[in-house]
Amino acid sequence: MRKTFVFLAGSTLSVAVFAASSAFASQTAAPAGDAAKGKASFERTGCWQCHGGLGQGGREGPRIASPVPMAWPVLSTFVRTTRGNMPPYTEKVLSNQELADVYAYLRSIPPAPDFRTIPLLNGMMTTASTQR
Amino acid sequence: MARKNARTEVSRRKFLAGVAMTGAATAVSVTGKGKAAVAVEAAQSPATRPSTADAQAELATHSVQAAPGTLRGRPGSDFMVDVLKSLEIDFVFSNPASSCRGIHESIVTYGGNTRPEFITCMHAESAVAMTHGYYKVAGKPAAALCHGTVGLQHAAMAVYNAWCDRAASIVMVGNRMDAATRQPGVPTIHAVQDPGSLIRDFTKWDDNPQSLQHFAESMVRAYKVTMTPPLEPVLMVLEEKLQEDAIESGGRPLVIPKLNSVAPPAGDPNAVREAARLLAKADNPVIVVDRVGRTPAGVKHLVELAEALNAPVIDQLGRMNMPNNHYLYQLGGGRLIEQADVILGLELTDFWGTVNNSDDSVEMAQVYRPKAGSRLISIGMGDLYIRANYQDFERYQQVDLAIGADAETTLPMLTEYIKQAIPADHRAKIAERGEKARKGQAQARQSMLAQAAANAWDASPVSSARLSAEVWQQIKNENWALVSRDSSLSNWPHRLWTFTQHHQFIGGPGGAGIGYGLPAAVGAAFAHRQADQRLCVNIQNDGDSMYAPGALWTAAHHKVPMLTIMWNNRAYHQEIMHLQRMANWRQRGIENPHIGTTIWDPYINYAKLAEALGHVGIGPITDPKDLAVAIKRGVDAVKMGEPVLIDVVTQPR
Repeated sequence: MRKTFVFLAGSTLSVAVFAASSAFASQTAAPAGDAAKGKASFERTGCWQCHGGLGQGGREGPRIASPVPMAWPVLSTFVRTTRGNMPPYTEKVLSNQELADVYAYLRSIPPAPDFRTIPLLNGMMTTASTQR
Repeated sequence: MARKNARTEVSRRKFLAGVAMTGAATAVSVTGKGKAAVAVEAAQSPATRPSTADAQAELATHSVQAAPGTLRGRPGSDFMVDVLKSLEIDFVFSNPASSCRGIHESIVTYGGNTRPEFITCMHAESAVAMTHGYYKVAGKPAAALCHGTVGLQHAAMAVYNAWCDRAASIVMVGNRMDAATRQPGVPTIHAVQDPGSLIRDFTKWDDNPQSLQHFAESMVRAYKVTMTPPLEPVLMVLEEKLQEDAIESGGRPLVIPKLNSVAPPAGDPNAVREAARLLAKADNPVIVVDRVGRTPAGVKHLVELAEALNAPVIDQLGRMNMPNNHYLYQLGGGRLIEQADVILGLELTDFWGTVNNSDDSVEMAQVYRPKAGSRLISIGMGDLYIRANYQDFERYQQVDLAIGADAETTLPMLTEYIKQAIPADHRAKIAERGEKARKGQAQARQSMLAQAAANAWDASPVSSARLSAEVWQQIKNENWALVSRDSSLSNWPHRLWTFTQHHQFIGGPGGAGIGYGLPAAVGAAFAHRQADQRLCVNIQNDGDSMYAPGALWTAAHHKVPMLTIMWNNRAYHQEIMHLQRMANWRQRGIENPHIGTTIWDPYINYAKLAEALGHVGIGPITDPKDLAVAIKRGVDAVKMGEPVLIDVVTQPR
């Protein structure tokens, strides 16, 4: 009745994006974007559904914020042309400006805290001891 | 044949006399556990409830005249209860129904409503799902009692889940075949010529006994069949006439056969030795497991196998297979499949999906993941038992060595053969693999905690990592068990918690049929209460819960404490993503996937719903800072014996 998404798809995608990122990261600067508008577009067009409300990622989509793991040319090219588990977003449904706004939003999300500063997580380093 | 003809000539009075004689014989003919149960009961109390054997013995010496309008002698369903007692069936999960009224009355009155106890369910599907969850903790079957036709139709999805999940369950359904003795109208609408046909594609065996002796033999067989690997649900039809009419056995004693279990098959020694040879000399062996942990012994055997090779074990979470704090444990597995030279699949549901990537895209790109020359070995019951029609056998994956056997039973032999087969010059390499894995475990733990911090830690709605960490903080020092899967939380409980005991995780629904989660958790909680009063945690998908929320009432009514945490992402979230995918493929508007997939307007207040169903309701909680207090309050209430639901509004995954 319901098809389960492939868990590994996210990690495969991440690998592909990172590989592309290293090749094109410094080619083009991102256009000016409005983070507030980008947040609205991020929610309206369903990006959050796989990547989470703060781009934190989940089972079906990799983390794309805190920090943004790719440069603008890579992100914009990928979003337009992806043929894998992530469906493409063409200009017909997400304009260049809207995509630039989304990028601005993702970059505006504060970096993740160091887990050592979170007592709950810091205490877990010793919780799962190695068996034997 | 002559005997049968003779029976037809027996008058009603002679028939009763025949029953009496039978009774005397039955009293000494009931064997095995049934007889033992009666004997124990008599020794414990001078005022014990009579068994059907006692009743029949009584009939042998006294002339019984029933009052007008009452039944002469014991009803057949009393004997059915004797059979259930002989099998030590603890619970009969059921939504009450007229076609089962005979055995229902026998369970609660004649049987004293203990072992089995009648558990009131609010949906036949929930009843079967409760047996499913119960089995995975108790390690033995419970029974579900369903109404004829419509009840079994309701139950069908849950039976399919149990089938796909290799879970034991004895489903019973009431039915009356004889049209001449059926009430017209609804009872006849609910009657059927072949009840088993409805679910025969996904049950291992079914029978429609036409005598009480036939019932006794078939019920014992049903128990044996459902508990023999591959474990699958079975169906028993309870003929209404047999339930409701007085016990009649045609002059022969009723005998309850002794139950004996079937030793599951181990792999062919030559094939296992070949598998050991391949694994022992491999440079990068990888073990992938789905349902190896059929019993706690499976966990132990798997650890021994993994350590013999120092091979990583990728857990697909069909069961509690391996302690997740073991240095060889892997969740997801990264690129281990791509790097492996030998891949051993143990009780995999989907070997093809394990070694292939298949994009859900327009092109449907499919990529075989293992490197050239990699060898594949499978050990499992899948090759020994396969049925047509329903496609739970998944795509065909060619392997180099297929061993049809119960993996848990085969593992000790395989491990021993591996130890014998490891070349002397390979032992240092294997030890080195182990050292590398130990070091990698600490690094992976650190990386995972960093990911947790980056998983929208302070966000509202609450993130999956934050919720999982907050729950763990409150339960880690308790005798706890997770009675739900955790895939909707991106497996954060398995990433953050420490699972070491077989009973601490029960896997998923098997068939991915929605509506399983809540009742299966309740069924598992019944077993945990029975076993050790363990603190049960059910992280519950919101959409799943609304298929049959009445399962909450069942838990409350029967005093089953459980902490349910509603993973309330206010959607059938996976379906949102499917709709989004369709919209993006079609590029004609991508803003409508929320229609038909979200649970908004109004939001459901699950805390109030739970309160109405007899739970302590807490929430809704949207701020992660409120979680610790709420969960602690919930845990405290559960420890006092209360069922609790905490409604947590969450991120999608």
